[in-house]
Amino acid sequence: MTDTEKGTPENKPAPKKRPPMRRRRQRLLVVSLLLPTLAVASFFVLIGISQTSVYFYAPKDLPSPSELDGRAIRIGGMVAEGTIKQGEGLETWFDVTDYEGTVTVVTNDPLPGIFRENQGVVIQGNLNNEGIFVASQVMAKHDENYMPPEVAAALKATGRYEDYMEKQEGGY
Amino acid sequence: MGTFNFFDTLANPERFMRYSGPILWGTGLAAAALLVGGSIWALFFTPPDYQMGESVRIMYVHVPAASMTMMAYAFMVVASIFGYVWRHQLADLAAREAAPMGLAFCILSLITGSIWGKITWGVWWDWDARMTSVLVLAFIYIGYMALWRAIENQAQAARSAALLCFVGAINLPIIKFSVEFWETLHQPATIITPEGPKMPPEMLLPLLTMMTGYAMLFGFFVTLRLRTILREKRQGSHAPSRPVSVAQPVTMTDDPAPRRPEPSSQPASEGSN
Repeated sequence: MTDTEKGTPENKPAPKKRPPMRRRRQRLLVVSLLLPTLAVASFFVLIGISQTSVYFYAPKDLPSPSELDGRAIRIGGMVAEGTIKQGEGLETWFDVTDYEGTVTVVTNDPLPGIFRENQGVVIQGNLNNEGIFVASQVMAKHDENYMPPEVAAALKATGRYEDYMEKQEGGY
Repeated sequence: MGTFNFFDTLANPERFMRYSGPILWGTGLAAAALLVGGSIWALFFTPPDYQMGESVRIMYVHVPAASMTMMAYAFMVVASIFGYVWRHQLADLAAREAAPMGLAFCILSLITGSIWGKITWGVWWDWDARMTSVLVLAFIYIGYMALWRAIENQAQAARSAALLCFVGAINLPIIKFSVEFWETLHQPATIITPEGPKMPPEMLLPLLTMMTGYAMLFGFFVTLRLRTILREKRQGSHAPSRPVSVAQPVTMTDDPAPRRPEPSSQPASEGSN
């Protein structure tokens, strides 16, 4: 714009549109600023939500029944060894542990196919006043390991199964 | 522009038609061979899993679909950069045509994941970080496709869609790292981990075969769509002998009152697909 006002003799009337090279550079600038900004934004979203939202409580972090006031929550942990018991009817009792805290769970729900001892589970339900977790939904958490049954059997037979799993799983 | 010579070459529709023929055949045949071979391998010649049993075979469909959902979007981001910055219309079209494929992969991964989830976890769906972020990606795909159709001026639609594509890219790292950052019902990554794949080769190899097959299928369909569009444009134009470019230069005619035609009305077949 200022070029037209000054009006140097060799200047043709200023073009309405800026030359394509400059606009291209401008668009490149837009993209090269936008993408890193969004990358940083997504990083903060990840950090932010992971610090504030709770997908499930570990047994050691479980709030007391009075704090919860009947609110439905989720707990996550491992099914403790040797604690699965059949109650009356469809009732199943078992303990969920994170190896620091343990909570007893009772459910009337059919259990998922891979439910077993030492299996990660995520359970929705309520903590009653006796500190027993009454589950409305039991979900089995699958880990990232894939193995043919023979390999798992072989690992168990040689006693290396626990080592293998311990090396793999960081969570609980 | 010497640095981007290759893309300049591809950006020329005439040359694209010449070079993409072998790509079309190559990807098509590879996709057919890998998907048929990989499916038979995965269904009949792989071991069951020690926990999941036979239902582990859903993985051979689910994992490639889920990974291609993200690869397709990454492809759209790269194509959109070339379209947005250098105004390569063919790149814009490549991004546009990749979206329906990405959405198809996304829906396939959601459905197969849901079936596997019912068998393994005991629920069809759970609002954990992985599942929710993939569902969001499906909506981004739908929004992106809708935006292209909502704006009649194709050049403007390309620009807006590219920006939406950039903003939506925020979701890719969220999906990828959702299983590491959050406690999720979905398991963490199996193939790419610091300790290497947590899967024996007799499962990993058919899985990688299927993944390559999906990638080839994606390449095949995007190439096919681009060639179809260019053919349509060529047929729609009034002077078929002239080289067809996606955005034709405005030329003066003998018309007593020459009027600059609306860019959207030029590619005759554009709005119909």
